[in-house]
Formats: sequence, C-alpha cells, structure tokens
Amino acid sequence: MEKMTRVSTINGRTMFCHLDAPANAISVCRDATQVVVAGRNIFKIYGLEEDGFVERLNLRVGRKPSLNFSCADVMWHQMEENLLATAATNGAVVTWNLSRPCRNKQEQLFTEHKRTVNKVCFHPTEVNMLLSGSQDGFMKCFDLRKKESVSTFSGQSESVRDVQFSMKDYFTFAASFENGNVQLWDIRRPDRYERMFTAHTGPVFCCDWHPEDRGWLATGGRDKMVKVWDMSTNRVKEIYCVQTFASVARVKWRPERRYHLATCSMMVDHNIYVWDVRRPFIPFATFEEHKDVTTGIVWRHQHDPYFLLSGSKDSTLYQHMFKDASRPVDRANPEGLCFGLFGDLAFAAKESLMSAPASAGDVGRKTYPGGDRRYPIFFFKKPDVTEQFAQVSSALSVFESEADSSAGMDWFINTAQSYLLSGKPFAELCEHNAHVAKSLNRPQESTTWTMLRIMFSEPANPSLSTNHNLNKSGNLPLVNSFSMKEMSGALNERNKENRQDNIHSLETNLNNNDENEETEGSEGQAEYLFVDDELDDDELYSMEHDNQPAEESEYLLPQEAFPLRHEIMDHPSAPEPLQEKQESPHVSGSEAESMCLTPMESFSLISVSQQLFSPHLPPKFFCPIVKEMLCYYAEQGDVQMAVSVLIVLGDRIRKEIDELMQEHWYMSYIDLLQRFELWNVSNEVIKLSTCGAIMCLNQASTTLHINCSNCKRPMSNKGWICDRCHQCASVCAVCHHVVKGLFVWCQGCSHGGHLEHVMEWLKQSKHCPAGCGHLCEYT
Amino acid sequence: MIICTKNMDYRLGSQCQFVQNQVIVNSEKERASLLCMKALANRGRLDKVSQQMASHPQYLESFLRTQHYILYMDGPLPLPYRHYIAIMAAARHHCRYLVSLHSAQFLRVGGDPLWLQGLEAAPARLRHLDHINKVLAHQPWLTARSHIQALLKTGEQCWSLAELVQAVVLLAHCHSLCSFVFGSGSDSDITTTPRVHHGTPPGCCLCDAANGNTALSPPSSGPMEKMLRRRSLDSSCDVGCLREQIHKSQDEIKERKGDRLHSQTLLHSDVEEEEEAMFSTDPSRFVTDPEFGYQEFARREEDHFQVLRVQDYSWEDHGFSLVNRLYSDIGHLLDERFRNVASLPFPHSPDLKRAIWNYIHCIYGIRYDDYDYGEVNRLLERGLKLYIKAVACYPDSSKTPLCPLSWTPVKASEKVHVNLLVMEARLQAELLYALRAITQYMIA
Repeated sequence: MEKMTRVSTINGRTMFCHLDAPANAISVCRDATQVVVAGRNIFKIYGLEEDGFVERLNLRVGRKPSLNFSCADVMWHQMEENLLATAATNGAVVTWNLSRPCRNKQEQLFTEHKRTVNKVCFHPTEVNMLLSGSQDGFMKCFDLRKKESVSTFSGQSESVRDVQFSMKDYFTFAASFENGNVQLWDIRRPDRYERMFTAHTGPVFCCDWHPEDRGWLATGGRDKMVKVWDMSTNRVKEIYCVQTFASVARVKWRPERRYHLATCSMMVDHNIYVWDVRRPFIPFATFEEHKDVTTGIVWRHQHDPYFLLSGSKDSTLYQHMFKDASRPVDRANPEGLCFGLFGDLAFAAKESLMSAPASAGDVGRKTYPGGDRRYPIFFFKKPDVTEQFAQVSSALSVFESEADSSAGMDWFINTAQSYLLSGKPFAELCEHNAHVAKSLNRPQESTTWTMLRIMFSEPANPSLSTNHNLNKSGNLPLVNSFSMKEMSGALNERNKENRQDNIHSLETNLNNNDENEETEGSEGQAEYLFVDDELDDDELYSMEHDNQPAEESEYLLPQEAFPLRHEIMDHPSAPEPLQEKQESPHVSGSEAESMCLTPMESFSLISVSQQLFSPHLPPKFFCPIVKEMLCYYAEQGDVQMAVSVLIVLGDRIRKEIDELMQEHWYMSYIDLLQRFELWNVSNEVIKLSTCGAIMCLNQASTTLHINCSNCKRPMSNKGWICDRCHQCASVCAVCHHVVKGLFVWCQGCSHGGHLEHVMEWLKQSKHCPAGCGHLCEYT
Repeated sequence: MIICTKNMDYRLGSQCQFVQNQVIVNSEKERASLLCMKALANRGRLDKVSQQMASHPQYLESFLRTQHYILYMDGPLPLPYRHYIAIMAAARHHCRYLVSLHSAQFLRVGGDPLWLQGLEAAPARLRHLDHINKVLAHQPWLTARSHIQALLKTGEQCWSLAELVQAVVLLAHCHSLCSFVFGSGSDSDITTTPRVHHGTPPGCCLCDAANGNTALSPPSSGPMEKMLRRRSLDSSCDVGCLREQIHKSQDEIKERKGDRLHSQTLLHSDVEEEEEAMFSTDPSRFVTDPEFGYQEFARREEDHFQVLRVQDYSWEDHGFSLVNRLYSDIGHLLDERFRNVASLPFPHSPDLKRAIWNYIHCIYGIRYDDYDYGEVNRLLERGLKLYIKAVACYPDSSKTPLCPLSWTPVKASEKVHVNLLVMEARLQAELLYALRAITQYMIA
C-alpha cells in the first residue's frame, strides 16, 4: 500500500541536463526528489522536477577549490536527508551537512587514507556510521560524532574498489579488491575478515547487496562478468553469471524485480544494461543515451523499478524511463543452425515460423525418399507472470542423416583423390579430370572439364594439331565424344518443348549476338526445372549437403542444362553442332553405358567448332562465362569443382575473380578436405593456391614434439633446454651447437647433428663424430 | 676442413657456465639461470638486457614473455613490420644496440633489406607511423585524437585499430627498453659481448663459409664483404682481437655504407647471422626531425597541456580494458609486468619506490591526486633524480654521457632495479597517453 502511493507520486519522462564537467558518481536522497552529482570539477545538487532537472545547490565553493572537492564517489545518507559523504581522489573522506547556514557545507574532513578513496558508504540504518575503502588497501569505519575513525580494516591485499553495507545484516559489510577478491567483514571485528573468496580474475570494481535476498551479492569486474553469489550457505556459491560486453564499473539491483540488475561499463561501452540474471545472454533492456562512458547509475527510488538516473563522462545527467528503454530481445534473431558430428542437422526457429513450413517438410520427406527422419522437439518455458522478458519458444528440429551418409560423399573423396591439378599440360589435366568425373557418374562436371579444355587450349595449334591428334590417336576425340554423348543424353532426357524453347532462344540470340541476356535467359529456364523437381523444401533446408548426391543421381536432367548452354554459347556461329545435337539423341539414347561412339560425329563437331572459333576468339573471350560457371558451382555447394577448375586454369582465370571470393572457396574446400581427412589433397590444394592467405596455412602448426636426448623425456616447453636435466637437447655432434633445422642421426648409435655437418664428417671419417666408436653410415 | 678446429671451443656450454657463475648466488637464482639458458639456447645469444635483468628473475620471466608475445606471437601486424617498428622506435633514441638487433631480426623474418636503407625506403604505412613515434618517444602528452584519426583515416595506407594498438604497444615497449639499455650501459659496449652463432641453423654460416658453401651468396664484391667473410672464418678467435678489428674497420664501414647496403640486399639473409654484430646500422636513417626531443613538461603547462590525472585515466581501470580488447591478452601480459616490478623487493622503503615511480610519471605530465610531490624532493637525492631523468628522457648515449652522472648505488642489482622502474613507468606513461588518445578517438 505504501509502495503504491509512493510510486504514484513519482512522475516523469526521459530527460537530461548538461553538467559543467564529467561526473564520477551520483546519488539520490531518500525521497527521490534530489540527486547529487560529483566529479573532479563538479559537486552539485539537482532537483528532480516533472519536466526537467533544476540545479538546487553548488557545493563546490571557494575560488580555488582544493582537491578535497575532487570526488571519486558520493553518497547521500538514506536516513538523514541533509547528510552527504564524498570520497576525494586525494584520499580525504568528507562529510557535508546541507543544513549548515553558511555557503560552505563541509562538515567533517577525515584525512586518514594515504591514497585515493574509491568508495564511501553510509550504514543503511545507523545514522552516524560511515565506511570508506581506499586504494591503500584499508577500509575505515567512521563515527561522525568523532574526529577520527573508530576502526580500520586491513584487507591485506591490494586496493579496495568498493565497500557495501549489507541491507539485512546489521554488522556485515562486503569489500571488493583489485586482485579479484571479495571479503566479508563484521564491523565489530576489525582484526580479521569473516570470509574471503576470489570472485573475478582482475579487479572487482563493484558489488551490490540484493535489497531483499539476504545472502545475495552481485559483483562486477574487469573481466566483463557480473556474478551473483549466495552467501547464505556455508560455502559461497556462484549462482548466476552474466557475461557483459566490457568491464563492469557499477552494478545495481533493480528494485522490486528480484532477478534484475543494472550495469554500466568503465570503458568502450557507453550503454546502461538491465539484465535478468536468469537470461544471461541478452540484456533485458538497454539505455543508449550517453555519448561517453557512464560513471554512475542509481535507481531513483528504492521501491520504484521504472526510473533510473545516470551520470556520465560526457557531462550529462539523465533520467531514463523504463518504458523508453530499448529491448534487444525484440531485435534478436532466435534462429539457430548447427551441424552434428555425423552430418545431422539441428535447426531451431521461432515456433510461429516453424509451424507454417511444417507441411512443406512433410512434402520434403517425399522428395527425399529414404532420406531424413524428423525429430521435432519442442521446448516450452513456463511463462512467468512477473517476467517481462519476451517469450520466445523455439522449435528445435533435428534432421538425422542416413547411416550411409558417408557413402553419399564418396564421390567427393574419390574426386578429390583422383583429380589432377598440376604436373601436366593443361589439356591433359582437363582430359584426366573429365575422365574422373565421368567415371564417378558426374556427367556435368565431366562436360565442364571438356569444355574448359576446348576453350582454353593453345590457340596456336587449334585445327591443325587437333586434327593431327585425332588422326594419331583416339584419345582426344574420345573425350570429346563423351561430352557429345552427355549433351545428347541431356537432350534426350529433356522434354521436347524445352528443347525447342532452348533452341529457339539460342537461335534468336545468335542473331542478337547478346551473350548476357542469353545466359540469363537459359539459366532461368534451368532454374525453373530445378524448382519444379525439388519443391520448396529445398530452400528451407538447403544447408543439408547430404541430400545432394542423391539428387544429383536422380535429377540428371536439370544439371545438364548448364554445360549444354555453355557449349552452345561458345560457338555462337556454329549452326552445325546444333544440328548435330538434334540428331544425337538417336545415337546415344540407346547406348547409355557404352563408351564408344561413332567417331564420325564427334569429329565433325570438334573440327568444325574449333576451326570456327580459334582464329577469332582469344581464350579471354570465355572468361566471363567460366567465371559464371565457377560461381554457379560454388553456389551449388560444389566448391571442389570451383577450386579444381581455378587451380587448373591458373592465370587464365585468376584475375577475373574476386580475390576474397577465391579465398573463400579455397577455405571451404580445404575445410571439407580436412574433414574427410584428405590431408594430402588439402596440402596440395594449399600449395597450388595463389592466395596469400591460403598459402600461409601450410606454415601453421608445424610443431614437432621431441624428447630430450639426455634424459629421454619429452621436452615439455618451447626452447632448446630440457627442463629436467638442464642440458641442451639435440646438440650437433660435430659442431656442438643446438640443431634447429634438419637433424640427421645414426640409427645405430643415435648420435647425429646438422645434416651438412654429418655429411661432411662422414666423407672424412667412418666413425661417429661423437667419438663413440660406432661405424656410422650415411647413404 | 675446419669443422672442429681446436678454436671451436664449446661456446654454448661456456656461456652457459658463465651465466651460471654470474647469477647463481643462491638456490632461488637457479630459476634465473634456467631462464637465461633457455633464452640463450632459443636465440643463440643472451643479450645484455636479459643478463642485466637476471638479477630479478621473476621480472625477467614476464618481460621475456611480453617481448616474445609482441614480436612473434599472434597479432595483426606481419613480423617484418613489427621489427621495423621496433627499429623506428629505437632509432628515436639512437639506440644502436636495439636498432642493430632488430635489423638483423627484421631480415631474418623475411623483411625487405631495402627498407633498412632508411625511413624513406619503407612503405608509406610505416612512414605514417613516424609522427606518433616521435611524439610518444619524447613528448607523449602531445599525443592527440587527431594523430589517431589521421592514421585510421580510410585510404590505401590506413591502419586498422588493432594494428595501431599493436604498433603503439611496440613503440612504447621499445622506447622504454631504450631507457633500460641506456641505463644499464649495454649500448656502449655493444660489440664486446661474446657471441655464439645462432639462428637457424646455428653455426651454419661458419661452416658454410668454411666449406665453400657460400656459393649461395653472390661472389664477394667489396672489401667490406671480404671482411665479413674473414670474420666469419675466424670469429672464434679472441674477443679483444675482434674488437680491434672492428674498430679498424669502423671508418671503412662509414665510408662504404652505401655500398654495404647494396651488398646486403644481394646477400642471403640466412648467411648474415654473423653479421649481426656488424649491424651497426646508423639509427639516424630511421629518424625524421632529429631535433625534436624531450622538453620540460612543467614549462609547457601554460600552453594548456593539461596534466593527465591518473584518477581520471589509469592503467588498471581504463588502459587495460582498452588495450586488451583491441589486442587480446597483451593487457594481462603488461599487467603482469607492472605488478612484477611493483612487487620486486626493494632494499629501501616502499615510499622511495613510489617516489621514483611518481617522479617519472611527473616528468611526463602524469599526476597522482593522492600524492604529495614534496616527498619526491625529500626522498630522492639530487644525483638519483638526475640519473632518473637522464635515463627516462634522454636515453641517447650519443648525446648524454652516462659517466658523469654522479649517482652510484651500493649494489649493481639496485641500479638494475631503478632502471626497471624507469622502464616500466615510462612504458605505462606512453601507453596511457596513447590509449587515452585512442579512447577519445573512439568516443568521437
């Protein structure tokens, strides 16, 4: 009842006023009508009116104020409304009495601390008791009726950063220290602390007793954490921990909200956060008004949770209204996605989002026969009436991959192992890789390789040498005939209309000579085919790689549209190939498996096309198309293809593609390779890459673990001295220096040294350089 | 074949012995000897600095760790950059010792030898750093937001915040190390330190030269080169002789500086191990505006340079959080250094220690509200004050002669202790100014 009336008397809005100087601390009087602001160059009292702050009193008097006015902390007595205390940076503790008739309200001056006083604290119920904590490591308790401190508490450690009287236990106070400790003291026993525990790594800047829960203490430290400790038990227990964004300068429990506390930071972060300690990952509310670090926060009234006052280094004093706070939760994205160890996929999303596509998921199951089983698991949080946190209930779906999922990736492993990326002429590499792709039943890739070979082969010997080759061996034309067959196969499987369309559009394009539009046009078509076959579900779970192989084997048709398109594109002025293709289905459709084709057909295609383009088209001409093709593969998730082509083409294409993109592809491919434990291939890729960032991967983690040659134990740390026997390990037997490069040693007598030294030595002598008499041999 | 001549004494072992003899006084010191041996084995040499610090093993450990971290461990700057920045910083104080040390290391980590011709030859990005280097070295209170802004301004040659922080830490570290080097007198007798061959693989150059493997490097062209070769061959002969030889060739070096650099660029950097001693690269090449030096902070006060009040911007509260955020873990390492130096046992009263520390900070315009500066005059005798000031502000052996400084401590370790205090206080002062400027930049 009393609370209610009080709350209703406080009105206001979010408002601020400019101060003359940066504030270090603020404090309110008990009836919440006035606030005192203290800093190095400011010490003022402001009245809190409904529509603004009104300056009431300037306590900083005198022409040249002494350092006693330079305040590190200030506190307004909660019992006696005319009494204030400040902690001065020069080590003085000053009390002020507002009822003094003269301008100077200073009442008492205690100069017992040798160093800066960081904190002063009045006893919540005892009028004359004041506590201070200083940089010199001492806490002092003052009786305001006396001229000197009544007791001194020595923390026996570094600086005291904060002292707080317990709200409930009359005799208890907590002190936090720069070395990370928190001590609990009984005010009657200055000789020894009651309890001590390490709360943080690094300084504990602040602590605050819970206003209602007897044993709860919140601490904030430089390690960016806020921790809540339960002191009521025998052992101090950490019950909550909030990880904030920067070192925590102040922490204050929110009145009337058991689990809420406000924090502000000492550096970098200027915002004030209100946390629900049970939801430590996202702030409950944020006040973002200040332009520099917030130095003081205080809830305006000890029973009103809606008003927060704050002072800042940006020389402003704010009253924040809770209703105006921003709620990060509203902007947060409650979706999550994660792959499991065995290719399972977990996906969590808002229920509202998940309920709609649930049906699509069912359809998806049909699309992937024998594919995934779904385990939707729903987590419900019991709604808590007092908690205003936005209720987010997420649905978690787990997609389990088939047991033979690894078999599904066999193509990847086989391809990775069999592809040749270097060491042969370009044309042969392409051929080889086309073979590989073909044999792994990946016709699209195979065709692509063949296309690449045709596009980028040496322009110097186009028709002649090719023809020559054709005559000499069946090798080259055979490859080409594969591609032919694939094309024809693709065409064969296509439905009639599509082919007609395609050809029509091609023909028109031949007239227009407009490549780009053509490209897009045909791509659109292909895409359409995709969508048609795979349903929307694919969009939802497109991350799921494991299904792709299955798709690929099942839906050959749409994929093949692409190389075909390139093929046609590449020979814009060749009507004959088109003719060929229209005929080819009859040939290859019947013999899907046979490798041999009537050579005549391929001959005609190749000779015609090559003769046509080679004199006129430099390889550069194809770069845009190849680039597009690479991007396409990468987007489809087949970075293997993209990277392999990139490496094989090398300088021919490298400059056309964005460095970052290349790097990204490389990284993805290498990552995949390493997951499949294809170390050799991954190393080869790294070696062959041209990106600086990739190449340096090879130089990472080149650690070699060695044993000491004297005591035969592992060398525990870096360096060349054994920790145990204090001898230099691996000393060269010839020159007696530590060997840091190549070390060679005899397997007979285990002596050795620098490779060159041992080599040289054994040219001269047959005996071991160490003089052990062993007849070493170097081969 | 001179693979194991009798001159090839067991240098490494003997130096270990030397270290042991030097530092093992009681069992506690064993730690120091181990540390030194580790450092020695690691780098093939035990530098003067570490030898001096060995009288305070717990400090030495954290010092080496920090130094290793900023020069070799994770960080945004490439390794040659780091050493080049170190060269720039040391050159501000004409510290030949550090300049030559880092020049060699610069080459060893694959730096472009051309850069060593001077600041003009370095990339523009590094040249931009010159201004803040100059200011931090001599008048750190001038460091302003605008400097940071200019460096971070987007453009081709811009710095990222993380890179800049690492650079600033490096600069401050090297500036303060110059003070230590100067204070301990390591700079003057740079060439007298007995050396072992080191690096990867140690002794290689010696044997390579002996085995005629030097075919790797282009055939020698100048007398300088020949001299180098000769030194490589007989480097194990006695130190005095060596020194004489160097003295003789000193003039020659100066004459042929240009030539020499040219040949350096041709030389394989691996073969240059032995040359390290010869890397008496002239520091002034890396310095612009050599007249810019320390000026009394007090005299400048009317030019509205506000003192930095520790109560408003301190290492513990502010500096640490910022530097650790932008360059992870360095905060903890530096913190450990400051703590270690603060907790070193001091034979006199802790008041004296605080007086020294605060006096150094006072020289650099940093004030403590809670300190009575009358104490400084009361506790520090004039000789000590002069010494501290010389070491902190004018650690330039080419200009300031160390000998006339009248302060003579009772024990050598005491002097080292004072030097350490100067170094750490100076490091913190520079860091505070630089980090405050970065904070101001981030707020604006």
